[in-house]
Amino acid sequence: MTETRVHFYQVGSFAVGNRLLSDADRTVQASRERTNSLDSGHRACQGCGEALGARYALDAAMRATGGRLVAVNATGCLEVFSTPFPETSWRIAWLHSLFGNAPAVATGVAAALRAKGRDDVRVVGQAGDGGTVDIGFGALSGMFERNDDVLFICYDNEGYMNTGVQRSAATPPTARTATSEAVGVDPGNVFGQGKDLPRIAMAHDIPYVATATVADLHDLERKVERAMTFHGARYLHVLVPCPLGWGAASADTVRLARLAAESGFFPVFEAEHGVVTGVRRIRRRVGVEEYLRPQRRFAHLFSGPGRPDLVARLQALADANVERYGLAPQEE
Amino acid sequence: MLQQLEGSRAVAETVARCRPEVVCAYPISPQTHIIEAIGAMVKDGRLAPCEFINVESEYAAMSVSIGASAAGARTYTATASQGLLFMIEAVYNAAGLGLPVVMTLANRAIGAPINIWNDHSDAMAVRDAGWIQLFAETNQEAADLHVQAFRLAETLSVPVMVCMDGFILTHAVEAVDLIDQAVVDSFLPPYEPRQVLDPDDPVSIGAMVGPEAFEEVRYLAHLRQLDALELIPEVAEEFAALTGRVSGGLLHPYRLEDADTVIVAMGSVLGTIKDAVDARRGAGERVGVLGVTAFRPFPVAAVADALAGARRVIVVEKAFSLGMGGVLATDVATASPASGHDLATVVAGLGGRPITRRDVEGILERSAQGTLPRLSFLNLDDDVVARERARMAASRRSGPFAENVLRDLATGGAHR
Amino acid sequence: MFQVRIHGRGGQGVVTAAELLAVAAFDTGRHAQAFPSFGSERTGAPVVSYCRIDDHEIRTREPIDEPDAVIVQDVTLLHRVDLFGGLAPSGFVLVNSSQPLEDLGLGELVGRLPSGHLAGCPATELALAHVGRPVPNVPLLGAFCALTGEVPLEALARALRHRFAHEVAERNVAAATIAFDLVRDHEEARRAPTA
Repeated sequence: MTETRVHFYQVGSFAVGNRLLSDADRTVQASRERTNSLDSGHRACQGCGEALGARYALDAAMRATGGRLVAVNATGCLEVFSTPFPETSWRIAWLHSLFGNAPAVATGVAAALRAKGRDDVRVVGQAGDGGTVDIGFGALSGMFERNDDVLFICYDNEGYMNTGVQRSAATPPTARTATSEAVGVDPGNVFGQGKDLPRIAMAHDIPYVATATVADLHDLERKVERAMTFHGARYLHVLVPCPLGWGAASADTVRLARLAAESGFFPVFEAEHGVVTGVRRIRRRVGVEEYLRPQRRFAHLFSGPGRPDLVARLQALADANVERYGLAPQEE
Repeated sequence: MLQQLEGSRAVAETVARCRPEVVCAYPISPQTHIIEAIGAMVKDGRLAPCEFINVESEYAAMSVSIGASAAGARTYTATASQGLLFMIEAVYNAAGLGLPVVMTLANRAIGAPINIWNDHSDAMAVRDAGWIQLFAETNQEAADLHVQAFRLAETLSVPVMVCMDGFILTHAVEAVDLIDQAVVDSFLPPYEPRQVLDPDDPVSIGAMVGPEAFEEVRYLAHLRQLDALELIPEVAEEFAALTGRVSGGLLHPYRLEDADTVIVAMGSVLGTIKDAVDARRGAGERVGVLGVTAFRPFPVAAVADALAGARRVIVVEKAFSLGMGGVLATDVATASPASGHDLATVVAGLGGRPITRRDVEGILERSAQGTLPRLSFLNLDDDVVARERARMAASRRSGPFAENVLRDLATGGAHR
Repeated sequence: MFQVRIHGRGGQGVVTAAELLAVAAFDTGRHAQAFPSFGSERTGAPVVSYCRIDDHEIRTREPIDEPDAVIVQDVTLLHRVDLFGGLAPSGFVLVNSSQPLEDLGLGELVGRLPSGHLAGCPATELALAHVGRPVPNVPLLGAFCALTGEVPLEALARALRHRFAHEVAERNVAAATIAFDLVRDHEEARRAPTA
C-alpha cells in the first residue's frame, strides 16, 4: 500500500477514519476472502491487542503465501486463549510445543518442508515478549544466525500476562508488574539497559526486521507481506497493548498503541540486511505522559506529588528513539 | 558386510541407511563422532534428501526435531548426559505430542562433579518421559537397534531412545555387520504420520488440555508403551529373520536354565558379566545373566518369568537414585514381588569406573556366601569417604567435597 | 587372547594405533576390539589405548590391566606413569626410542622379560623421514608386528591402505616396513652366533 498523506484527523483519537481513505486502503474487518486464520470464539480478553495483531499478521501471511502456511506458537496467552480444549481457533496448520523453543521448532518445520521439497509452504513462528526476548532468546538468535527460512513474530505486551502480569525483559522501566511492584524508592520496574530485540535482530544482518503496532494494521499487514517476499530469517516485533496487564480500558488498546508510537516510546521502522530502510514518522508528537497516564501500571508516577523525575527519564528514552530513527514529524 | 568399525561410525552409517530427512544435533562427548559422520554424509550428498542442522543447544536440537517430525519428516538426533538434561523439557514434549523422533543416547554420567565418562544416570533421568528406551549390549546391537527404533517409533507414534554406553561402545572399534540398504528399505517403509502440519488439511497440534481430558491423554500414551511391549519382540523377530541376527527384543537371557543366582544388568557390561558367569559355571555354580534391552516400557511379565526360578537376584546397575538405591532394581523388585528371592543391588561403574570380570566374580562369591548387602557400591573407597566425613565433622567450612576427595586421593589421605 | 596397551600423548595417534591394530587383526580373520582410555581430548596429555585380539568373540569391556604387550610412544612418560603395571611375565615391550633401553633406566625390565621381548624403535625419526610428521604410531605398529608376530605386516599394510589416502598410505606402509625390518634384523643379529 502506498503511503498517503492525510491531513484530516478524527476528533479525539487522531485516527484516520476509513471513510477518509480510498476503498483500496480501507481496513476490512470481515470479508469472504479473509482466511480468519485466528477465528472467532477464542478466549482472549476484551480489547486484547495480541489477538488483534495475530489475526491481522497471520491473515496477511496467508494472503502472501496463497494459504501455504504453517504456524508455530510458543506457550503464552495466544496459545492458551486460542486452544481451550477441545476447541481451536486456528484455521491454519498450527503447532505448539513449549515456551522457549518456538524459533527452533519453526526451524524444524522449515527443514522438514525443505527436505520434502515443499518449497511452496512457508513457516511463521510466534510468541509473546517473554517467549521472544527472555526464554526463547537463545533459540531465536540461533534461528537468525543460521538464517532459517522462518518469519518470527513477537507480540510484545511488555510482560508475562498469561501468568498474572510479571516483569519481562521487555517491560518498560517504572512499570508496575506483580514482580516489580510500585513500592519503595524506585517503584515499578528498574531502569536497566533494555533489551531491544529489533536491533539485536538487525545485528544478525537477517534479511528483514520490522516493528509495528496494532494502531496501524495496514502497516502491519504490509510488513508481513514484505517479510514474505524474503527467504531466510525475518523478524517482526508488534506492540500489542494488554488491557489487563497495563491496567487500561479495553476500548483504549488501539489508542495506547498509537500513543506509544506517536510519543516515540515505541519506534516503528523496518530494516533490511541490518540497515534501516524506512521509518513511520510521528504524525503529531505527544509527550510520554500522554501515553503513560491512561495506564494503571504507571499510576504511581502521577499520584500525589508524582515522580516527574522518572517521567523525565522515560521521556528521555522516547527522545532517544526519535533521534535514533529520525521519527520527528515532517514539517508541514 | 562385516567390518571393523568404531561404534559411532557403525551407528552413523546405519542411521543414514534409515534415510532420515532431518538430523539436528548439538555436540557433546561422547556423542560427537556420530553426528560428525552423519553431518559429513549430508554435506557430501551421500545422504539425501536430508537437512543437517547445527544448532545452538540441545534444547534447540530436540525442538528442531519436534518441528521436523510434526511436519512429517523422519527425524534423528543424538546427545548424552548434560545435553539430555538440557533438552529434557523438549524430551517430554516430543513424547507427549506423540512424535516418533529417534535419538541416540551415548550414556554418560551427570554432574556435578563434571565427568565425561560412562554410566546410566542420564537415561534414568528421563525414564518417565514417555520414550521407549532400548539398551545396546554391543556395537552390532547398537547399530541394529536404530533400524528397529525407527520402525517402532513410527508404528506407534512414540519416540525411541537407543542407549549405548559412552566411550565403551561409541569409541570402541570392533566388528560390525552393517545392514544392507535394501534390507533397511524393506524393513522400514516410508514414514506415514498420524498427524502432520499440512496447509491442505490444517490441524492444531499441542493444544492446552485441562483436567477434563489430561488423564485420558496420558493413559493413551501409557497404552502405546504397553503396545510397544508386544511390538518390540515382533520387530526383533522380523529383524532376525531378515538379517540372521538377534538384536533388540525385551530381554537377553543367558544361561538362565537352571540358574539359582541371576545377575540383571543393562548395556555393554553384559559382555563382561557373561565372561564371569561362564567362569563360575565352569566351577559348577548355577549362575546366569538377564540382560534388560527394553528398559521403557519395562517388561514386567517377562522379567518375572525369567527370574521365576532364581533364589538370588543381583542387579548390577550404573546409576542409582540418591537416598533410595537402585533404579533398575526397583523395577525388577516390582516385576517379581512375590518370587521370594533375595534381591541385592550393586551400584557399579559410576562415572566410568571399570567393572571387571574379577569384580563380577567377587559379587557372585559374596552373594553365594550370603554377605552381599541389599545395597552396595562396587569398589567404594570407604577410607576416602570416612576421611571426608571426618573433615566435615571437624570444620564447618570444610570446603567443596569433590575437590577434597581429589586432594585426599592425590596425597594418600594426608590432606586435612 | 592377546592384549595390547598403548601409552602416549595426545596428538601422537595413540587411539589410531589401537584401531589400526584391531583392523589389521580383523583382516586376518581374528576377533579384535580397540578402545581408548577415554580422556578429554588435549594435545600433549597422557593417553592410553587398548587392543584385544582373540580367536573367539570378545565380550569383555574392562580396561586392560594385564597386557601381553605394552607400546610406549613417548619416552617422557617413562617413570611418570605406571606404564608396565600388570605386564605378563612373558610380555612384550616396545619403546619409541633411538637410545638403548638400558640408557632409559629400563634395565630392570630388560632383566625381567624373556630375551627378544623388548625392543626400541626410532619411530618418531622414521615417521618424520617417511611420513613427514612426527607421529610415531605407525612405525611402532610395524615394529610390533616384528616383535610379537601377533599380526602380519601385510595385514597392517592393508589396514593402513584402508585408513589413509593413496600417497599417505604408501608412506605409512614404508615407515612401518622399515621399522619391522629394523626390529627383525636386530633380533636376527641377536640370535646369530657370535663370530
